[in-house]
Amino acid sequence: MNVTQTAQTLLSNQVSLRKVDKVFSPPGKPADAVHALGPIDLELHHGEFFAVVGPSGCGKSTLLELIAGLSTATSGEVAFEGKPIEGRIPDGVGVVFQEDASFPWLTVSDNIAFGLRRMKLPPGEKARRIEKALAMMGLVPFANSYPAQLSGGMRQRVCIARTLVTEPRLILLDEPFGALDQQTRLLMGDEVLNLWRKTGATVFLITHALDEAAMLADRIGVMSARPGRLIDIVETGWSRDRDSRIVQEEQFGAITARLWRSLRQESMKAIGKIEAAT
Amino acid sequence: MKSPVLWRIVILAGLVILLEVLCVAGVIDKLTMQPPHRILTDLFAMLATGALNKAIAKTLGNALIAFIIAMVVGVTSAIVIHRLRRVRDTLEPLFATYYAIPVFAFYPMLIVLLGLGDAPQIFIGAMLGVVAVIVNTLNGLDRVPGVLLKTARINQMSPVDTALRVTLPCASPYILTGAKLAVAYSLIGIIGAEFIMSSGGMGYEISFAYNNFDNATMYPLILLILLVSISINMMIARWEKVLMARRGLR
Repeated sequence: MNVTQTAQTLLSNQVSLRKVDKVFSPPGKPADAVHALGPIDLELHHGEFFAVVGPSGCGKSTLLELIAGLSTATSGEVAFEGKPIEGRIPDGVGVVFQEDASFPWLTVSDNIAFGLRRMKLPPGEKARRIEKALAMMGLVPFANSYPAQLSGGMRQRVCIARTLVTEPRLILLDEPFGALDQQTRLLMGDEVLNLWRKTGATVFLITHALDEAAMLADRIGVMSARPGRLIDIVETGWSRDRDSRIVQEEQFGAITARLWRSLRQESMKAIGKIEAAT
Repeated sequence: MKSPVLWRIVILAGLVILLEVLCVAGVIDKLTMQPPHRILTDLFAMLATGALNKAIAKTLGNALIAFIIAMVVGVTSAIVIHRLRRVRDTLEPLFATYYAIPVFAFYPMLIVLLGLGDAPQIFIGAMLGVVAVIVNTLNGLDRVPGVLLKTARINQMSPVDTALRVTLPCASPYILTGAKLAVAYSLIGIIGAEFIMSSGGMGYEISFAYNNFDNATMYPLILLILLVSISINMMIARWEKVLMARRGLR
């Protein structure tokens, strides 16, 4: 690789993980240490939609927490835009969790404004961003409602809007539709694709649903049973203006089938049907 | 009107009417108790003349100070204890047995330590309320979902900011339950302490009136204390209900 190519690679990689391992050791009990993840090498390119699928307990969420700076790697390096993360929450990163993370004591509007607390913006700009996020997520009629008055899907939209309002360059989604029904998930998938196109942000999605990954992502990382490693990376080849109607295409079935082929053994290991490889 | 509310009012009104009938009919003699309508007119007269305003202001003022101390110390201690697992494991059994301690029995010691002024009375009022606030705040803090704390971290909030903007608002319905108890305990503490170690305040005036067979002062004061305590409690309960309803919990 020549110098120009190396520079291009560095520029196009927004997140890079090099030989990242995560071991959980209870204080004072090194014998009970659990090797949760790794070693993992991964590059996320600017503006791509990357999904991760893997068996239950394989460390998918741990991987997301390492990139978000919510947790530190036991060894290896995680970098965002060329700077090591090391447990610091980097600017420009937004996270949407599976659980309802809306603040029940704040209105929808105030929940969204919460995302802007640490940003020093003029009041006019704040109001503009909140209005834009409300409109983007179809929440305008509910701006003054409390989360308890909304459905689970609407509450998840509030959380996405709270992340969007900060205009993040990297959006991390930790099974954000896990608690929603299938139809709502497909429609929310469309909305996420729409946001991804409009914002130009990189999206990193953790999911246990193979069809969701196949429909949404440009690339899909398949993880092994614990300790989670990347055992396959599938390029979907979808065009950028795709939507949920691609589920009827042949290619969709082929991608889902390939994902399952890679995952089946690992999922069986995870539920104890096959002894985990050491 | 909802029927349980109606029934409550009917039962309370029935008891007051029964008391009125028993007093007027002479079953309960005048030296023991005045009829409720007399207590009420005496209370209006007492408030109108302002004869006991100083005593009322002293008691309510001290109860307010005791309540504020109980809330501030209680909530702050709960936040600290919640973060320190070992301290919590040590203290929790003590909290459970705390209300078995007759705080009033320590009054001679409190006078020696804090003097003859209002301080020992406020101390007793605050001491009675503080543990109820700690226990209820801890209960609320235990129920803060982990995902909200993660959201605070993602938003780069400091621990103090997280406590003020996330954990305390989230735990607020439970803190209000503690506040309701703290109001009652502060009043109990202050009035009880005035009975035994004060030369002023509503507790002292009730005790003084009792010793002088002055039912025209004693019963109106008791009624006033009841009204104040119940009104504040109802206000907090209403606030609590609004917060819970907003969260779809009630």
